[in-house]
Amino acid sequence: MNAMFEGYGGNGQAYDEMFDGDQLRSPYLRLRESLATLTTPELVSRVEALQAGYLAQGVTFDIGGEERAFPLDILPRVIEQDTWSQIDAGVQQRVRALEMFLADVYDAGTVFDDGVIPRRVITTSSHYHRASAGVRPPNGVRVHVSGIDLIRDNAGEFRVLEDNVRVPSGVSYVMTNRRAISSALPETIAQHRIRPVAAYPQRLLAALRAAAPAGVTDPNVVVLTPGVYNGAYFEHALLARTMGVELVEGRDLECRRGRVMMRTTQGLAPVHVIYRRVDDEFLDPVHFRADSTLGCPGMIDAARAGNVTLANAVGNGVADDKLVYTYMPDIIRYYLSEEPVLKNVDTWRVGDAEAREEVLDRLDELVLKPVDGSGGKGIVIGPRATRAELDELRTKILAAPRDWIAQPVVQLSTVPTFVDGELGPRHVDLRPFAVNDGNRVWVLPGGLTRVALARGELIVNSSRGGGSKDTWVLAGPRVPAADLTDEAGGTGAEVPEVLEAAEPPPPPPPAATQPETPGPALTALHEQAEQQQQAGPATRSRRGPRC
Amino acid sequence: MLSRIAESMFWIGRYVERAEDTARILDVQTSLLIEDATLDVDETCHGLLSIMGVEDAPDHVDLSHVLTTLAYDLASPVSIAAAIAAARESARRARETLSVPLWEAINTTYRDILSGQFGARRTPHVFQWVRERAALINGTADATMTRDEGWQFLMLGRCIERADMTSRLVATASVTSGTSDQWTSTLRACGAYEAFLRTYRGLSTERAAAEFLLLDRLFPRSVVFSLNRAEQCLDNLEASGPSGQRAGFQNDAQRLLGRTRAELEYRSLSDVVADLPTEMERLQRTCALATEAITRRFFAGAEALAWHGMEGA
Repeated sequence: MNAMFEGYGGNGQAYDEMFDGDQLRSPYLRLRESLATLTTPELVSRVEALQAGYLAQGVTFDIGGEERAFPLDILPRVIEQDTWSQIDAGVQQRVRALEMFLADVYDAGTVFDDGVIPRRVITTSSHYHRASAGVRPPNGVRVHVSGIDLIRDNAGEFRVLEDNVRVPSGVSYVMTNRRAISSALPETIAQHRIRPVAAYPQRLLAALRAAAPAGVTDPNVVVLTPGVYNGAYFEHALLARTMGVELVEGRDLECRRGRVMMRTTQGLAPVHVIYRRVDDEFLDPVHFRADSTLGCPGMIDAARAGNVTLANAVGNGVADDKLVYTYMPDIIRYYLSEEPVLKNVDTWRVGDAEAREEVLDRLDELVLKPVDGSGGKGIVIGPRATRAELDELRTKILAAPRDWIAQPVVQLSTVPTFVDGELGPRHVDLRPFAVNDGNRVWVLPGGLTRVALARGELIVNSSRGGGSKDTWVLAGPRVPAADLTDEAGGTGAEVPEVLEAAEPPPPPPPAATQPETPGPALTALHEQAEQQQQAGPATRSRRGPRC
Repeated sequence: MLSRIAESMFWIGRYVERAEDTARILDVQTSLLIEDATLDVDETCHGLLSIMGVEDAPDHVDLSHVLTTLAYDLASPVSIAAAIAAARESARRARETLSVPLWEAINTTYRDILSGQFGARRTPHVFQWVRERAALINGTADATMTRDEGWQFLMLGRCIERADMTSRLVATASVTSGTSDQWTSTLRACGAYEAFLRTYRGLSTERAAAEFLLLDRLFPRSVVFSLNRAEQCLDNLEASGPSGQRAGFQNDAQRLLGRTRAELEYRSLSDVVADLPTEMERLQRTCALATEAITRRFFAGAEALAWHGMEGA
């Protein structure tokens, strides 16, 4: 038995992804094998190198103005190919349904007329923006980037916890984590066949370029950031850098005659696609918050006029509203005539009278979430709350029932995590990222695994002390390259990624070129110099005494 | 290139150079104070502080106060620590345009200050460390950056700062002068002593030393060399734009720097050396004016946008 995982105990009911009781689950076989020889002190030193590396590279996020290294656990999470293809298909399906739903909501609204979801659910959402009504994006895409949060329930089944189709963040850590773990555990990486994640920026850039306004053949794409004090600034900079585009702030932009321009050293230059990492409300003081300086006045009008594309589209928030979430299975059936591949977590709408009664009765055993919160803000976990907190919650719910949903306490699955010098089970979730270029929804294999570093803690958000894990999606067995020609078509999910194409014949050995050696002339000089030194010591001391 | 990014590049160049040159100046002055017992500590320290732009120094200052103000104290705007922190902040804002090795070189330097390792280093090793870090940053930039506008702005910042700081170094030398020691160590602080000896065949006079540091066209830290380089950068920047000039210079900064350089070069040396401190102050003013002109010409677009939608609402 491997010493490293000895004494590792699962966490009650929660599904542990590595161990089934004492049995090792199959995705982790190689991982344990490859770590068998590693001692704890060695592991500790690698963990330290990992953290030092992140500080040096500046892989950080801000909490209240202070920069911290993003905590990365050294042990990866492993997902097998079959499990992944189900997630992949489920996420694609979900994004397609969300796109159709948004297009409908901001246009004809047949989904309301057909009674799938009441119109008031949308119109009462604080993320519904009339400014977006009737706007048709150039290639029909509103959700260029999405992050669908998944959890694994007690039976080990992946379920959707929430949809993020506004400005999901975290993808940069997927890429930096992989690089960091490759250098921390090179042997282990070498023994696995892991699907690569580095292609994300190119996929994103392609999707953004595809979304350019009509008639623009070589669009100028920019990333819009709120600035260095934003918690995700690292990510904005990384995406801009790896896509090779400008990272702009609101003050770099200016609207002229319904077009967005950026100020350069050579004057104004046109901007065609803005991958904006600024929330809707701050984008344009003309339409939204008048006191915002993060965006640029006139941007929304430019977008409505079709002169600039905003990615993601404004007003997407109605789709990831937690109340709309409860209707998602019906929405998927309505638009796609398919059964949802990934189920929702059971949810009560507190706005419905019957549900409200039940929820209020069982407040102390449920999780209550505000419908338009993000980042774990405002969530109350019933069993952990005090009497006073529950009373306060009850008052809030009665005041605005539409603002809340309730879910049973789902024990997120656990994965062994190295904290404070020992391995223990910690709860994790998974955020796979999907990029929609208008032809195909592409899901980044892996996504961000967030882990709650405190034992038993269920909230994984980094703003609440969560960390992350590198997420390995294992590639399937090698297949001949000829079978892969239809990769672009269909769902693409079942097709295993080819890591290496059939190897070309080895190139002929290069003509023997020896490293150059100093020629005789030089040698002679060396000898002379040596003799010189021996003959007259210190005649030409280069640095005289100091006074 | 975005105006804001261009501005960041310019200031990375300036701050890194400032940290390095401050270290060089302090290196000379601290070793002088320690070695030369005849110097009045209080007077020398005051002179040093005022040349570095500290206006409100207390009545009595000693070496440790000077070191805190000019080297270690992150809160003092003229310190080495503050210059490195500012360089890093600029780099963070322009991060997507910097090469990864360059960013890491700057970031790790800054992390050393944050972690307190910088504060724990003693003189004169701390100065050597700063010089080495600056060399690492400059070398990494040189080896990894494309020669685009960003590079020109980085170089422009570095050259203007270098001209400014060399002038301060010369000014400190003339303030505490009297011994030719002073000039020897000033030259040495620039790493120029051997080059100077070779150029002047060991004929080390104060006049020659001042001439070397101010006017030498081949020595990379001399004022004239730096001004020449800065002019060249401006020329490249203007050339990449739409204007093809046949006569004169449109760019204010270019005019300012060119005029000052020509003045230095075409006036007789005795004239310049006669009142070195005043001359050097003029030079520093030129650098400040040139910076303003550059800001107006290239960075003005980066000014914060004022939006008055809230008024009366």
